[in-house]
Amino acid sequence: MEHYSMNLTLKVWKQKNTQSKGHFETFQVKNISSEMSFLEMFDVLNEQLIAEGKEPIAFDHDCREGICGMCSMYINGRAHGPWHHTTTCQLHMREYKDGDTIVVEPWRANAFPVIKDLVVDRQAFDRIIQAGGYISANTGNAVDANSIPIEKHKADEAFAAAACIGCGACVAACPNASAMLFLSAKASHLSLLPQGDPERKIRAVNMVEQMDKEGFGSCSNIGLCEASCPKGISLENIARLNREYLGAVFGEGGDNA
Amino acid sequence: MNWKHYFTTSVGRKLVMGFTGLFLVLFLLVHCYVNSMIFISRNAFNAAADFMGTTVAIRIMEIGLFAGIILHIIQGLMLARMNKAKRSVGYATNATNTKQVPWYSRSMTLLGTLVMLFLIMHISHFWIPSRITHDLNATKLPNGVETHDLFQKMLDVFQSPLVVILYLLGVASLAFHLFHGFFSACQTMGFTSHKYKNFLKGFGIVFTVIVCLLFAAMPISMYMGWVA
Amino acid sequence: MPLNSKIPQGELSQKWTSYKSTCKLVNPANKRQLEVIVIGTGLAGASAAASLGEMGYKVKTFCFQDSPRRAHSIAAQGGINAAKNYQNDGDSTYRLFYDTVKGGDYRSREANVYRLAEVSANIIDQCVAQGVPFAREYGGLLSNRSFGGVQVQRTFYAAGQTGQQLLIGAYQALERQVALGNVTQYSRHEMLEVVIIDGKARGVIVRNLVTGELERHFGHAVLLCSGGYGNVFYLSTNAMGSNVTAAWKAHKSGAFFGNPCFTQIHPTCIPVSGDHQSKLTLMSESLRNDGRIWVPKKQGDTRKPNEIPVEERDYYLERRYPAFGNLVPRDVASRAAKERCDAGYGVGSSRQAVYLDFASAIERYGKIEAGKHGNHNPDAETVRQLGEEVVKEKYGNLFEMYEKITGEDPYKVPMRIYPAVHYTMGGLWVDYELMTTVPGLYALGEANFSDHGANRLGASALMQGLADGYFVIPYTLGNYLADDIRTKPIPTTHEAFEAAEKNVRNRIETMMNIKGSESVESFHKRLGKIMWDKCGMARNAKGLAEAIEEIKALRKEFWTNVRIPGEIKEYNPELDKAGRVADFLELGELMCKDALYRSESCGGHFREESQTEEGEALRKDDEFTLVAAWEYKGDSNFELHKENLTYEVMHLTQRSYK
Repeated sequence: MEHYSMNLTLKVWKQKNTQSKGHFETFQVKNISSEMSFLEMFDVLNEQLIAEGKEPIAFDHDCREGICGMCSMYINGRAHGPWHHTTTCQLHMREYKDGDTIVVEPWRANAFPVIKDLVVDRQAFDRIIQAGGYISANTGNAVDANSIPIEKHKADEAFAAAACIGCGACVAACPNASAMLFLSAKASHLSLLPQGDPERKIRAVNMVEQMDKEGFGSCSNIGLCEASCPKGISLENIARLNREYLGAVFGEGGDNA
Repeated sequence: MNWKHYFTTSVGRKLVMGFTGLFLVLFLLVHCYVNSMIFISRNAFNAAADFMGTTVAIRIMEIGLFAGIILHIIQGLMLARMNKAKRSVGYATNATNTKQVPWYSRSMTLLGTLVMLFLIMHISHFWIPSRITHDLNATKLPNGVETHDLFQKMLDVFQSPLVVILYLLGVASLAFHLFHGFFSACQTMGFTSHKYKNFLKGFGIVFTVIVCLLFAAMPISMYMGWVA
Repeated sequence: MPLNSKIPQGELSQKWTSYKSTCKLVNPANKRQLEVIVIGTGLAGASAAASLGEMGYKVKTFCFQDSPRRAHSIAAQGGINAAKNYQNDGDSTYRLFYDTVKGGDYRSREANVYRLAEVSANIIDQCVAQGVPFAREYGGLLSNRSFGGVQVQRTFYAAGQTGQQLLIGAYQALERQVALGNVTQYSRHEMLEVVIIDGKARGVIVRNLVTGELERHFGHAVLLCSGGYGNVFYLSTNAMGSNVTAAWKAHKSGAFFGNPCFTQIHPTCIPVSGDHQSKLTLMSESLRNDGRIWVPKKQGDTRKPNEIPVEERDYYLERRYPAFGNLVPRDVASRAAKERCDAGYGVGSSRQAVYLDFASAIERYGKIEAGKHGNHNPDAETVRQLGEEVVKEKYGNLFEMYEKITGEDPYKVPMRIYPAVHYTMGGLWVDYELMTTVPGLYALGEANFSDHGANRLGASALMQGLADGYFVIPYTLGNYLADDIRTKPIPTTHEAFEAAEKNVRNRIETMMNIKGSESVESFHKRLGKIMWDKCGMARNAKGLAEAIEEIKALRKEFWTNVRIPGEIKEYNPELDKAGRVADFLELGELMCKDALYRSESCGGHFREESQTEEGEALRKDDEFTLVAAWEYKGDSNFELHKENLTYEVMHLTQRSYK
């Protein structure tokens, strides 16, 4: 692969804190190697800003290997940028060429208030999990791991749903700022497994209620969440959650205490 | 949790949209079937129209139909408004393209509104004269029953090229609304599991194409004089 | 102070059982009155907090990330070991214990390791009950694979995302306790001081990273589950935020630091591509199940890998270690790669890489698959396609990641890999109960030193984190707190809290007021380079002595010339990072001192002065069968305490994987 270097113009959202109003600022970066990751390009920019005595741009990131779900940039109109099934930290600069302009915004949703610049508060996701995204199995309660065989395809499907990293790209991409893909991935992961079966209905109802409380929108099955998900979480999970919810509406077991 | 609560969560509201939507799809099927009688004969169509207009059970269902339409519209507009309010600061850039999702999936409110406007025109053309004001010509069916000559009304209405074009636009809006709507309703009801997803997607498209082509053929045929 | 490891009496296999049946208990009503602080929410922290919450303690958790689910345990790829013997290949608690002690090059504590092996099976049960979607066979039962340094298949896995799935399981259990009101969770908070009252850990000072405010929190006990310190090397497979700060503050408050020089260099990482590199990415050890490692037989060979015929390739691991081949332990594999590259056989543009090649695996699997389809004479293309599918199912996500980072397709061209800092076996010294030398202050998971000796075997970190959190601390903490039931919560207006907070505030203000000219990042990079060059894969007395002086000088420069933009009372990631780098600058020195003291080679610690004629690590058991536990005595001043390791069951032998 040929490596090259490039100069870029960046238009980045700057916002001092949650209360203040933000605005775009334009920055120039030079000699960016095509081998860098997108966030390494931001490192270069920040080092440059510090050297100039300016404030660097705040952005969330941690593992930089696409699994922790912390990075969250809306790049040129796409959550996590242009690559399919890729988090911001795994996007590499060979995508861009010399002279390009890149616009970077934070996730935008009222349920994800901006903390600073590109950093948003995603604790609403924690609270959705608290509402029912678990199996009630206390430590020490477990039977032998092989005592309940699980069909391989179900285990695989549960795994595919559990691959969600909770980054919030689905919310960021959704025109309704809905969290249904996130929520349904968790509900699917757990209800596909026999261990999670007893709580499936109450889980669906409680998690949906919490999602509404947090101020996320409703799902209109557009599919931009799936298209933007770095882990390829499928819309089928939303259908599954809806089934659970319908089961709770018309069957027994959906009433919360 | 009570029933009201079940249907006022975000998923509950979507279920209302799905239920009413699928109900309206069912109505479309009946409507399309009845109207297709124009391709057979004037009498066949007027007889079918008479049946629809005089059978008590159907008149009762008509009330349900209007309720369904109104609920679908109100809920749809409310959801659209609520969803819009979930993102107070919008994005400056948007690179969503049709490769990711089709344009009509993102334009359901617009398409729905167009369909609604179309419906107002459509109802004032046919339903109001037939059911409310009764200012239609009378005709006698072969079995001696006297009824409205709705066929003649159609011929009259579709003499205007402007009306024909408006109808075609209305049907086109409906088609795109259904391309997304049929599948979306199935998804909301949870029918779209891995096994049935593609079938339902395909079925929705085939259904929509057939129904909407038939609907579109009606004003065109009347205007062109292919049926008389 | 003599170190008391508090190992229970009795036969090795009975120690934990007898501890559990004789340790003190706290009754449920009293548990509600007892508060526990948990720092870090990775596998150890989340599992401990969830379990303690379930038991009825009042728990507070703190993490610097925006959610507990982001902790770096999430990045573990390959798997988790457990002595289940589901594969009927002769595995047992003893064998897992044996492999772990041997893999750790006889520098771990027997009793701890045995307990770890003992509870390993319960971990798998617990995780399955929580809904962790481990890989399964068609019969619905759990699947296993092999990892380095062992000859059985005892590793449970969830594709290449095992850490993620285990952490999400623990996180969910934790969130459930949050919902039930047993745990209060503080995200984007960083611990900056331990508060000690009457010789016992009684709370912490944390900084709210969003507002910059300092907060005081009381706890009857404090659990540090804050992970390892690999980021002292700047480039490592750790997350960008992983740091030593919590453990280092504890160390400076009296907790001894055990074996700080024991660092694991992981053999299979994506090589450095340039100066811009911010972190290194691991390619799971599980790849060595099927990948073959080689370099050209000719020095400086610039041909493309696929143009080099098999007979001109040196499969050096298979050549040097026929018994274990590509699956030798990590330290051995890493050193062998370094040896080849240093000798001029490295590949890639930097010449600091070796090939990890899947061509033979693809061919082998392809033939098997073709056979399954009844095709006994398949053409090469069919074999390749079928084989790639099998490899994709096993390692798909890793291959994808490799391609995203390097832009090369590893199905077609061999991966280029090189060792990178991955894990730190050293950590806070703890006794059998996981308590540090400060009463009431515990260290769990990677933050402690206890179970992996001088080298950790693959898939054992997840096992240890969860063992500590789910199955050890619930007992051992009760044993301590049982004597504390009369202690009422101490108000955070207590003078010790005042003093600790003042201390933290002063340090932050001093740092902010330097207003120098060099960024935090550049200091970190410079420290990393010193550490990697002189305290990395191979160490010698001269280099270490130099490193100590260089680090001291660098530290001095940091405290006079660092530039931190922004304010204290706002969201300021540069300030957070500055605090962490300042601690690394102190830790680095201790690591070098420890490495200098330990003049033997063992596990991940390779002293060039101590090697066999074949270049293998040479231990000095007479002198160093011990834990070096360092006590902080003020600036650059550390006092050594020794805990002698006694092996009742294992016989110390030179490790051989030949």
